[in-house]
Amino acid sequence: MSEPSTALPESFEIVTRQDFSDVTYLLEFRHPMMAKAAQPGQFVIVMSHAHGERIPLTIADFDRAKGTVTLVIQAVGKTTREMQQTCKVGARLHAVVGPMGIPSHVGKAKKVLCVGGGLGVAPVFPQARAHKENGAKVIGVLGFRTKDLIFWDDKFAKVCDELIVCTDDGSAGLKGLVTLGIDKAFEKHPDIDEVVAIGPPVMMKGCVEATRPRKVKTMVSLNPVMVDGTGMCGGCRVKVGDKVLFACVDGPDFDGHLVDFDDLSHRLKRYATTEKEALEHWNESCRIRGHADLAVK
Amino acid sequence: MAKKKTIRTIPQERTPMREQDPKERARNFAEVACGYRLEDAMREAERCLMCPEEPCIKGCPVNINIPAFIKKITEKNYRGAYDTITDANLLPAICGRVCPQENQCEGRCTVGDTLEPVAIGRLERFIGDMAIAEGWENVPYVEPNRFRVGIVGSGPSGMACAADMAKAGCDVTVYEAFQEAGGVLKYGIPDFRLPNGVIDAEIAKLVKLGIKFKCNTLVGRLFTVEQMVTEMGYDAVFIGVGAGYPSFMGIPGESLNGVLSANELLTRCNLMHARDFPNYDTPIDLGRRVAVIGAGNTAMDALRVSLRMGAEEVHCIYRRSKAEAPARAEEIHHAGEEGVQFHWLTTPVALLDNGKNGVKGMRCQRMELGEPDDSGRRRPVPVPGSEYEFDCDTVVYAIGTNANPIIGQTSKLKLNKWGYIDADENLATSIQGVYAGGDIVTGAATVIQAMGAGRKAASAMKAYLGLRDSEAVYQAESTGSDGKLFGIELSERNHARLRLG
Ligand SMILES: Cc1cc2nc3c(=O)[nH]c(=O)nc-3n(C[C@H](O)[C@H](O)[C@H](O)COP(=O)(O)OP(=O)(O)OC[C@H]3O[C@@H](n4cnc5c(N)ncnc54)[C@H](O)[C@@H]3O)c2cc1C
Ligand code: SF4
Ligand code: FES
Repeated sequence: MSEPSTALPESFEIVTRQDFSDVTYLLEFRHPMMAKAAQPGQFVIVMSHAHGERIPLTIADFDRAKGTVTLVIQAVGKTTREMQQTCKVGARLHAVVGPMGIPSHVGKAKKVLCVGGGLGVAPVFPQARAHKENGAKVIGVLGFRTKDLIFWDDKFAKVCDELIVCTDDGSAGLKGLVTLGIDKAFEKHPDIDEVVAIGPPVMMKGCVEATRPRKVKTMVSLNPVMVDGTGMCGGCRVKVGDKVLFACVDGPDFDGHLVDFDDLSHRLKRYATTEKEALEHWNESCRIRGHADLAVK
Repeated sequence: MAKKKTIRTIPQERTPMREQDPKERARNFAEVACGYRLEDAMREAERCLMCPEEPCIKGCPVNINIPAFIKKITEKNYRGAYDTITDANLLPAICGRVCPQENQCEGRCTVGDTLEPVAIGRLERFIGDMAIAEGWENVPYVEPNRFRVGIVGSGPSGMACAADMAKAGCDVTVYEAFQEAGGVLKYGIPDFRLPNGVIDAEIAKLVKLGIKFKCNTLVGRLFTVEQMVTEMGYDAVFIGVGAGYPSFMGIPGESLNGVLSANELLTRCNLMHARDFPNYDTPIDLGRRVAVIGAGNTAMDALRVSLRMGAEEVHCIYRRSKAEAPARAEEIHHAGEEGVQFHWLTTPVALLDNGKNGVKGMRCQRMELGEPDDSGRRRPVPVPGSEYEFDCDTVVYAIGTNANPIIGQTSKLKLNKWGYIDADENLATSIQGVYAGGDIVTGAATVIQAMGAGRKAASAMKAYLGLRDSEAVYQAESTGSDGKLFGIELSERNHARLRLG
């Protein structure tokens, strides 16, 4: 008497893979229940294979009709590089759990500035869309290192009333950091009443410093090292104001003006040495496997 | 009939259990206590006086008929002993290993008044292990009914509730957030104390009962408890999500790298196999001098895992004295043998920065015991001028947990002022058809208490669904079925009579 609505996919099939650059790629996997439940600002924890680690990834998009969830991933460490090689269409992820975290608050703001830096462009998208659907005027600021790394500007163009693209080297759009884009946006729209900024800690720190003197509410999404994502380990603790909170269950969205970004940056380096070791071990085994393949041929 | 045993005629010494040598075992993850051999169990079983007043049964949270199962061991009826235990306790191989017997059955044992008490836990484990080795299982005759039951969390409370509901004929699904079932038994308690193989064997039995396990499912976020009873068609739901949310002290230096909770350390090592890094991808950065704060079972596990991960020195910092330490006596004893250094009556006041965002040491303060507090234990008070510094590079917190907030955040369930789920004496919550038990109701407790809560809730859930609640669910099979139990036609045993509510 089992109903299809309670049936969970036993494994999580990848239905789309798209590469934005050498290091940035998109995965869309099938999980109808999750697609139905997902809200902007939430994240998932992925384990790509049985010996893998659990890594948190913010949901970049979800399609309730198709029953799919989209992630955008940057290949930086061992796990994300390995996934870049193994996660092709038709492949299955070992485990995906989510949506996790408190959904972003899409409130009464009338004019919202959505700022995405690098990979942070992806997770800010569902928020931009939600604010738009909520009737707000949405201004997007997207920052990339260089022109070749740009992605989803077309997707943002559809949900933003205005879109500013910045590149560090000036190869496209404004030359400069997203903070320049923020200044430009405020010049034209002094009545922006909420800012959402997602990206690397330094970038979010820059954004909150840019909005602090303007006294505009600025929400950021924190992505510290996590294990369970259910509030059980405390590995994800962050300093917000005078409190220590667990990003996975108390966040991941927090008031950026209260977040201690230096603490976040330090804590993100917790496993730097061991992670490097994992990467070297993996590179080595890839090299050996490469040789073995040659030998077979 | 054999002549009556007296305290003078029984073997005087408690039968020892073989253990791995402390020096060797402190560097491996193999099980420390090797278990009784047949002759050990036979000898220990002879020590039971079969007291008519059965004090041990009263000490057992799930009231296992202890003298009865021990008697069956003396009669070499091991299968019978297994049946007697599993009438009350589904997971003997687990409980025999992790229950604090000294405060429960063994604490009440008559023999213990004069000699060392009968080693009930070791005998229970012996039978549980034999059942796994022999492939015994008590899959009762189950007539399916039309009820569907959802269980949230696959720890001991969820497993116990699931088993009872499945035996009553319900279609049971257990949802678990992690990629594997077992709760604390899997992610927290290390292999050297409770091997994963034992847990998996017990879970396999539940699967044989028809229970479905759905991992990777975070209830509350993927769907809510309310949705389970409304949209998803569950007739009753049990919540056993455990406590979680580890506490820190709020002293300076806690966000330094090298400071972590015991739950994080243990989850990385046990569930995620960081001990086999880099064959498994999850890293763990343990230093050479590890200090663990707390002296409960979690602290002992963290201490002993740290030793096995290669730490040179491992220190236990506890603000009360050894007599108040909440861990099982055996764990403290084992930890000491393996080289853990205990700092009783000591509390940290600050963690010191090494200048590179890591830990260089800890400033501690000595304590002394004052007046008893609410818990009846003597309250530790600081000794003025007793502060001193102490070198360490890793600090692990094992000072308890707070309520996990997810279910509270995502449902209208009534919580108590500490954030635990509010349940009545039948473990019913504020939502009709939804029951809760284990650590999420009581705060961190024990495996057997969680199992007891799961069973208690199951009994209330059966009443709610109008199912007959029979205690001795295994009787039919082991007594050779004549098709009747207590005069009730078996096919009618879990027949739904009326539906309340
Ligand atoms: C390291 C350690 C050692 C211990 N040693 C002992 C010991 O020796 N003896 C003893 O008696 N007790 C011991 N305890 C205590 C004992 O383990 C617990 O009291 C017991 O496990 C509680 O059982 P539970 O069923 O309430 O929850 P848990 O065992 O905590 O299980 C809860 C499960 O629910 C899952 N979950 C949580 N939230 C959700 C959600 N929203 N959706 C789906 N799933 C969810 C969790 O992932 C977890 O698997 C120890 C505890 C720890 C941490
Ligand atoms: S109290 Fe001890 S001796 Fe008496 S029946 Fe129980 S286990 Fe046996
Ligand atoms: S990831 Fe473990 S508590 Fe947040």
